[in-house]
Amino acid sequence: MMTAPHQDPIVVTRPPRIKFWVTFAIVTFLIFGSASFTGFSVIEVMINFYKGSRLLIRMFFPPAWDYTPRIIGPLLETVQMAIVGSLIGAVVAFPVALLASSTFISTKWVNMPVRFILNIFRTIPALVLASLFVAVFGPGNYAGVVALFIFSFGLISKLTYESVEAIDQGEVEAMVALGANKLEILRYGIIPQILPQYMSYTLYAFEVNVRAAAVLGYVGAGGVGQIYERALAWRNFDRVGMIVIISFVAVLLIDLLSSAIRRRLV
Amino acid sequence: MHGMTLNLPPKPKRKIGLRILSITLFLLIILWAFSGINYLGVMSTAANSIRGMVNGILNPDIDYITNTTVDGLPYALLETVAIAISGTFVSGILAIPFALLASQNIVGEKRAKIGKFIITMIRTFPELILALVFISVVGPGAPAGILALGIHSIGMLAKLYSESIESMDIGVKEALESCGGNRMEVLFRAVIPQVMPEFMSYTLFRFEINMRAASTLGLVGAGGIGAPLIFAIRTRFWERAFTIVIALVITVTIIDLISGRIRKKLV
Repeated sequence: MMTAPHQDPIVVTRPPRIKFWVTFAIVTFLIFGSASFTGFSVIEVMINFYKGSRLLIRMFFPPAWDYTPRIIGPLLETVQMAIVGSLIGAVVAFPVALLASSTFISTKWVNMPVRFILNIFRTIPALVLASLFVAVFGPGNYAGVVALFIFSFGLISKLTYESVEAIDQGEVEAMVALGANKLEILRYGIIPQILPQYMSYTLYAFEVNVRAAAVLGYVGAGGVGQIYERALAWRNFDRVGMIVIISFVAVLLIDLLSSAIRRRLV
Repeated sequence: MHGMTLNLPPKPKRKIGLRILSITLFLLIILWAFSGINYLGVMSTAANSIRGMVNGILNPDIDYITNTTVDGLPYALLETVAIAISGTFVSGILAIPFALLASQNIVGEKRAKIGKFIITMIRTFPELILALVFISVVGPGAPAGILALGIHSIGMLAKLYSESIESMDIGVKEALESCGGNRMEVLFRAVIPQVMPEFMSYTLFRFEINMRAASTLGLVGAGGIGAPLIFAIRTRFWERAFTIVIALVITVTIIDLISGRIRKKLV
């Protein structure tokens, strides 16, 4: 046996971990509560796993290669919808973002209502917007474009007003000191600083829109979603697989192109 | 010194040809895009629809709000939130192995590229289609929605996770390895403690997105508030449709506020 060491043992007290355990308990409660509320059981998923894999096999082994020519048209339509939606959204978003930014318009009762409305636009899913517009404009890609426009408008305005608020105020103050008016400040103080980010956000909205537009057809708003719906309704899963593959390639190409442009902008 | 003129440095030469080319290309793309959008005028019933919508916004469907059974608004909203929470949790766990496989400082550059490709593939698979696949696995209902969100969100979460793994301080990992720590020890003592706050922040962010996604999954029968919403819109039951939309906006806004506040504290 060793003799006891002479110096006092070092006492390490851990910081109290009550906060951690409370958070842990709340999160665990939320997760298990949600799982039991929805009747989600891992075991059932395991048991039925083969059904899912069988479906995936029907989709991709092999996909309906000969269906390709009929996918290209709707796919291009989807891209067109995304371009128009994000472009108009971006144009309208710019002035609104200025109204929402507290550094440019320092009146709270202007910023706050604008932000409130933007928040509402961003909260409603594009699919819901599209089905509302289908009721007004009738089925077709026009309803989809309007939905994408509203959605990208909300997204781009929010990101842009946050950038406007985050810019270097030194330049703006220097211009105020020299007696520049609001328009001059905007033109020479703000726009040069946020333009690259604004364009980058527009491209980002475009990327998101391409993905969103792909399902809009499901509610009759044009694009590749309508052939998805048809193929699914007829249970032509090999066609669904082919649509998934072609959309994947298109989305990949667009993302690559858009992120290459974005990297040069910012 | 006076009398001397200071010349401004010459302006950088712009490649005019390239500029004209890219602007023309840009304009052509936009023209092409606009040419594909066909405006067929509004529906003949549009005026009625809009009147109905305005009326619907002004007159909430009180019966639906106070209906506490399975067919009421509270249940559908709660189910939507539950789908979003469970789906996010599933993907938060499943995304970790995918993220590790896609991080080049863990598995090397070549394998990381393959991992990244797989993640991109998962991200492109639309949630609605995934939901349909899972409906055939577990039948219609909320579990299908949870699985769809759980799988689809891996695409975004694993990408963000792997970015934060790749940007972490490698010194801790090397210190542990030089002390003879094995792979598991390195993972649990060096990698996870460093990246955990960022992981949780990304997961919460994804939860906010999933909240919106969960509200449309019902469209294909995967549970949540989407089914009554789309049904109300299709049958022009505007009072109910806008009651649901407003309830959704309020719920999502509250969740965004709470989650945003927690995220600010985390990172």
